[in-house]
Amino acid sequence: MSDPRARPVLRDSYAPTAPAARGSANLGDILERVLDRGIVIAGDIRVNLLDIELLTIKLRLVIASVDTARELGIDWWEHDPWLTGKNRELLEENRRLRDRLAAVEQHSSLPRPPDPEDLAPEQTGRTGEAGRPRGTERHGE
Amino acid sequence: MRRADLAERSGTVSEQGDHGGQGVYLYAVTGDLGEDGRREGLTGILGAPVQVIGHRGLLAHVSRVPLDRFGEEPLRRHLEDLDWVEGVARAHHHVVETLADGTPTAPVRLVTVYHGEAQVRDLLDRRHDDFTAVLARVAGRREWGVKAYVNPATAATEPGGSSGEPGPGGDSVAGSGRESGGSPGTAYLRRRKASLHSRQDLWRAAAERAERLHAALETVSVAGRRHRPQDPRLSGRTDWMVLNGAYLVDADREEEFAAVPAPFREQGIVVELTGPWAPYSFTDASIGASTEAPPTEAPTEAPTEASP
Repeated sequence: MSDPRARPVLRDSYAPTAPAARGSANLGDILERVLDRGIVIAGDIRVNLLDIELLTIKLRLVIASVDTARELGIDWWEHDPWLTGKNRELLEENRRLRDRLAAVEQHSSLPRPPDPEDLAPEQTGRTGEAGRPRGTERHGE
Repeated sequence: MRRADLAERSGTVSEQGDHGGQGVYLYAVTGDLGEDGRREGLTGILGAPVQVIGHRGLLAHVSRVPLDRFGEEPLRRHLEDLDWVEGVARAHHHVVETLADGTPTAPVRLVTVYHGEAQVRDLLDRRHDDFTAVLARVAGRREWGVKAYVNPATAATEPGGSSGEPGPGGDSVAGSGRESGGSPGTAYLRRRKASLHSRQDLWRAAAERAERLHAALETVSVAGRRHRPQDPRLSGRTDWMVLNGAYLVDADREEEFAAVPAPFREQGIVVELTGPWAPYSFTDASIGASTEAPPTEAPTEAPTEASP
């Protein structure tokens, strides 16, 4: 795109800001206003307002793709033990338990349950959207 | 196509030679207060000069945009591109902000595009009363934003609650030694549960405080709106946003308004004042529905649960 863009402002805007800092308003605040507020009039160019609503939702989800987010200093999930890192010992424990269970089952010749992974808590790092709790991605609307 | 029509009518708006494939992008409407309406040197999207179209005492502030980028199809594509949206949003905001700095202004939503000047004039005619009402309402007033956050980690002080940081130590919760004792799994889950409970209490308390703050702010403003809280990823903060308010404040009450949050800051919430803004949130006097958000829901899982 050829339009001049105030990249540095974007970056700065996430630093602690002085109160009433006109001109350095953060991108989130601006987007929220220009997309969600202001007079809605049907122009000749029909931009489906639904598209715009969709866009704002998407923005809320997409704006911090992991890299962008890190760049902006948004990294809360890295400190949430439930999401990452700290539950490693749990994974370890789970693996041990499953191994023991398997051993026990073999011993007593019980049929193996179809999907032993079910015993693991949600965030097993097993990738795959299927195991992710539903509905947590779209809060806010 | 109306291209011929467009070319014929747009002569007064655009000095650019080629009108083919150009649209008229509308930023905002102001009252026609005489010669002051036009801002010298004000540029909008793609650096195009901002021009005015006057009709029945109103001024539409517009600039030319190429339809190969602002036509329906291209727009649909571009709106998926955050960088593109950011550029347009900032340019749009710059124009609106500059106008609002000197005169009552009714901001229009992003990417409102017409084929030509005639259509804009027609709009000013049809919606004349609406615009006039909005302008009268915002005259002599400015919008201020107030956001309040609560930090779940530092604000949890209730007895019996966990510290809000359930992870590392494992020694913060009473009674974790009972039952199947040593298992870090059950201990973790128990801490997790306690933490969720205290988080919900915390959230409730914070929401009540935010409610009182909002009410207090409304007493010194002409109107107030509560918008839905910003996503942590948009706000750039890990704290819970418990208030995302906008307030239309009389010029001579701004100091009073700015003083309102002080006592609330001592109650464990962080209050942030932004502005002054063009009255983006108060353009609904008689146009469309208000954008009032439903009350914030307590997160059953903490807001930080969403997968990145």
